[in-house]
Amino acid sequence: MRRRADAVVELLGPSALVIAVGFVATTASLANQVYFMNALVSVAIVVAIYVFVGNSGVVSFGQISFVAVGAFAAGVMTVPLDSKKGVLTTLFPFLRDHTIGNVPSLLLAAGLGGVFAFLVGLPLMRLSGLAAGIATFAVLEITHNILREWTKIGPGATTLSLVPETTGPLQATLGALIVIAVAFVYQRSRLGRQLRASREDPLAARGVGVHVHRQRLWAFTLSGALAGLAGGLLVHQLGSITTEQVYLELTFLTLAMLVVGGLTSLWGAVVGALAISGLDSFLSQAEDGVHVLGVKLDLPAGTRLVFLASIMALVLILRPSGLTGGRELRLPRRA
Amino acid sequence: MILAALQFPSFQTLSDAVGLGAIYALMAVGIGLVFGVLRVVNFAYGQLIMAGAYTLAFTSGWPVWQSILACFGVVVALSLAMETVVFRPLRGQSPAVMLVTTFAIAFLLQAIALIIDLRDDTLGEVAASITSLNEPVTVGGVDIRKITLVAVAVALFALGVLGLLLTRTTIGLHTRAAASDFRTARLLGVRANRVIAFAVVLSGLLAAAVAVMMTVQFPLVSPDFALHDTIIVLVGVVVGGIDRLWTATLGGFAIGFASGVINGVLPTENTVYLPSVLFTLVILVLLLRPAGLFAWGRRAAVERA
Repeated sequence: MRRRADAVVELLGPSALVIAVGFVATTASLANQVYFMNALVSVAIVVAIYVFVGNSGVVSFGQISFVAVGAFAAGVMTVPLDSKKGVLTTLFPFLRDHTIGNVPSLLLAAGLGGVFAFLVGLPLMRLSGLAAGIATFAVLEITHNILREWTKIGPGATTLSLVPETTGPLQATLGALIVIAVAFVYQRSRLGRQLRASREDPLAARGVGVHVHRQRLWAFTLSGALAGLAGGLLVHQLGSITTEQVYLELTFLTLAMLVVGGLTSLWGAVVGALAISGLDSFLSQAEDGVHVLGVKLDLPAGTRLVFLASIMALVLILRPSGLTGGRELRLPRRA
Repeated sequence: MILAALQFPSFQTLSDAVGLGAIYALMAVGIGLVFGVLRVVNFAYGQLIMAGAYTLAFTSGWPVWQSILACFGVVVALSLAMETVVFRPLRGQSPAVMLVTTFAIAFLLQAIALIIDLRDDTLGEVAASITSLNEPVTVGGVDIRKITLVAVAVALFALGVLGLLLTRTTIGLHTRAAASDFRTARLLGVRANRVIAFAVVLSGLLAAAVAVMMTVQFPLVSPDFALHDTIIVLVGVVVGGIDRLWTATLGGFAIGFASGVINGVLPTENTVYLPSVLFTLVILVLLLRPAGLFAWGRRAAVERA
């Protein structure tokens, strides 16, 4: 009974939070809606990263490459045909002459993200520790470099625009919920538990028959697919995107969200993403002047990043295991 | 097809590559020293260099030696402050937490620099006091920029002095002991805080020296000054072998030299793919030698529990 209740809370807690944010987004004014949508897409990206980094304990800087691949695949394939032939003239003909709908483009993004992650992970998952971190970072650099320069598969260094803005509050909420549900099912599955065992003690896990390389590869592939999906949600929310938006800054920001929330739990990933993007939205409003408890707060321009970075550093120094302590949400128990 | 288009590296290319390698080697030593005693991969190292470069820019009206002295002062003070406020409370935390904290610090310093820089409403400041070093001298028919010679000389000098400090002085011995096993070294009477301060000051001095040399080549200072170089050097340090100072240094030199050479031999229309080529090499090296390119007979770098 207890364990089942735990499982229900573990899934429903994060989901309820996401649904609440999605609900507020539908009631907010159009100008404010964008903040809630950002938060929901951040949740999708951070949970996707969590599926690999949180469960395996191996830090990867490469997951944003799968977000980038998903975003550009979904974006390039949904630009309406008549404008596509005028704007994206350098594309391969089969990319230039076809356009797909919103849902197929999200599935394509997830599929490509997964396939790419599997191919990359096949050799890379043999590495661990710092070497793994640097190798995944190299993947990010290569992906960014190719997306930026190869104009046969995308817009290159220019902005990809005219992407239909199909990610409204509903699609953002549903997308985040799907990613959370998949992450939940995975971490409760046999495969997920084997990987989590190897995170706690690789030698002991190997001793009881866990194939660490294979388990990491599964998680990396799943994480890549979810990241691709999140990238698709992102591009459909923004409507236009450049390669710089899915590169270093997003990598650092999303990793910081995960660590601030608590690296080792799904609850931590969701809380961290919502906390940091909420703070970020509040600060960017404060730069334009905002009323808090009757006091007008008017921060000078540029202080947003100073505050954001200071608060991130403070949380990490004072509470290194993150806001949630890296634990799942639990009902309070009687002693 | 692509191979046929490669050009043999000219002497010019090689000399530039050596100059870049020398500067990267110094940065690698600075990062490696701090990693040795603190086990922190300090991502904010580039922002120390950036701070030094801004100091040079803001003091470019001063006599050159005063300006350089101010740069050293600011960078060393900042690096000590970073140790006290950030690294000390984090001692013993997991590598992921420490790394992400240094990200946050890097962002913070960059944001502060942006605010300071934008006071005059233009982005970027010019540090133009010693740009004369950027002019070339001709040696045997090849133009070598003076800064390349200076960089190599400074790197060799700094590495020599550092080698002597680490092997011939008590504090150096303590530092090496702490780098190989911190807990045992403390049990044997090595004073942790002194050793850490020593390493942090040395790494600050190196950052300041790098700031001076980089502003000669790139006089326009902006908040992301040295950011990309730091990332490349961090990669180089791990590829070389972060566990030991000399393998880390060689790694830094190697990645600087390699990117210089690849840039020179790629056909001109393909130089935009330099990062792809470089990082593919990085992945190959990591797969073949996960403990480090130059780390013979040692196991992979382990983070201390």
